[in-house]
Amino acid sequence: MFDSYTETTLNFYSDRCINCKRCTQVCPHAVFDAGESTVVLSHPEACMECGACALNCPVQAIEVQSGVGCAWAMIGAALRGKDMDTECSCGGEDSTCCATPKEETCNCGDK
Amino acid sequence: METKQPCSCSCMPAAQSAEGCTSAEKPVRAIIKTTSSLTFANTVDHFLAHWGWNRGGHRVEPGLYQLGNPTPDNPVFASANYTLSFDALRSALSGIDAWILVLDTKGINVWCAAGKGTFGTDELVRSIHVTDLPAIVKHRKIIVPQLGAPGISWPDVMRRAQFLVEYGPVRASDLPQYLTTHTATPEMRRIEFPFKDRIVLTPVEFVHLALPLFVVTAFLWFLAGPVASLAAISAVIAGTVIFPALLPFIPTHDFSTKGLLLGGLVAVPFAASFAKVPEIPFWANTLAAATALLLIPAVTAYIALNFTGCTTFTSRTGVKKEIFRYVPVMAVMAVLGILAGIILGVSRLLGVI
Repeated sequence: MFDSYTETTLNFYSDRCINCKRCTQVCPHAVFDAGESTVVLSHPEACMECGACALNCPVQAIEVQSGVGCAWAMIGAALRGKDMDTECSCGGEDSTCCATPKEETCNCGDK
Repeated sequence: METKQPCSCSCMPAAQSAEGCTSAEKPVRAIIKTTSSLTFANTVDHFLAHWGWNRGGHRVEPGLYQLGNPTPDNPVFASANYTLSFDALRSALSGIDAWILVLDTKGINVWCAAGKGTFGTDELVRSIHVTDLPAIVKHRKIIVPQLGAPGISWPDVMRRAQFLVEYGPVRASDLPQYLTTHTATPEMRRIEFPFKDRIVLTPVEFVHLALPLFVVTAFLWFLAGPVASLAAISAVIAGTVIFPALLPFIPTHDFSTKGLLLGGLVAVPFAASFAKVPEIPFWANTLAAATALLLIPAVTAYIALNFTGCTTFTSRTGVKKEIFRYVPVMAVMAVLGILAGIILGVSRLLGVI
């Protein structure tokens, strides 16, 4: 009740893990803990879906639908008829930290 | 600590092309000198950045910087070309000879730029190449801020630039200790959102809403009097200043419900005041009180919901849930409140009350 943050899109496939522990280095919320043969997904509910772990996992043992946890960006995208999940800008086209200057394109991935 | 851009959205990670953006630019060895000392001009720049002035204009030149008198064996740090990010790094490295590779993040801080992909693998590989870094340092290691990790793939950097990415601590201030062992403690790896970090975001949050607030306040002043104007100001200040300040102490986990609670508290004295105006009939008293109880929590909650972007712990999945759960509630409350206000305003203009 009154907690929308109990589920995330994070998936960990321990059978692929080579225990390099990179995910424990990049996660700022200690979602992963070091284990004996593989890392341990110990606090999945703390995941903010930044995607750092998945991007830095050399064996694709982690999957997450990374994205912005910013209501301003998502509502702004929805109001402009854009996709809430993939819209690049955050609250406006030019005026925010996620905005792309007009002379550029959002050419890194689909964000 | 990596300073969040005072906007400050928790930007999304951009998927990176493993092969994309391989630079065709020729290396140019142009090393810029810098120091660890922050000047008065730097302080002014930081102040203006925190107030949202000339957003996107707080930039340093991308490229390779030498801090002190580094040798080819000294460490290389990566940073964004946002002044607050760069200055946090160089001031934390006081007394340390080092190289700083400033990526062109278009004046965006490390965290947001990593989410957007401008602080990313492509730009890091490109910067290593165009600054001729492999010819300047003997080692093949680059220390990247941990909060840049959502944009960087270390295997790709290794494969494409032959540099090993070492993730430093979350906070630049921990770097001197980190450099003694090149190992971050669990505390160095954890991000916190203390009062100081929350409150520093409030000016720009308020500035965002200053103009519409001024218009609404002026409108209400003439239509309903100074108390109504004060109610509008209170609702916005509650959302932009009090909410961030009290964030961990307000019950419930969702930002929207926290905002509804806070807005409800703020609304009570105004509702009580409106309910006791002696010159108007009971129904108008009741409607005026209801207006405050509907509008103020809705406004505060909406602002509070938008503060999710300033934090580093709200997931997209969770925020999306919040939006679909609570925005309709806020919208209904706002519409009913506005309708009640219109009825009161029209009644007053017609001389009914």
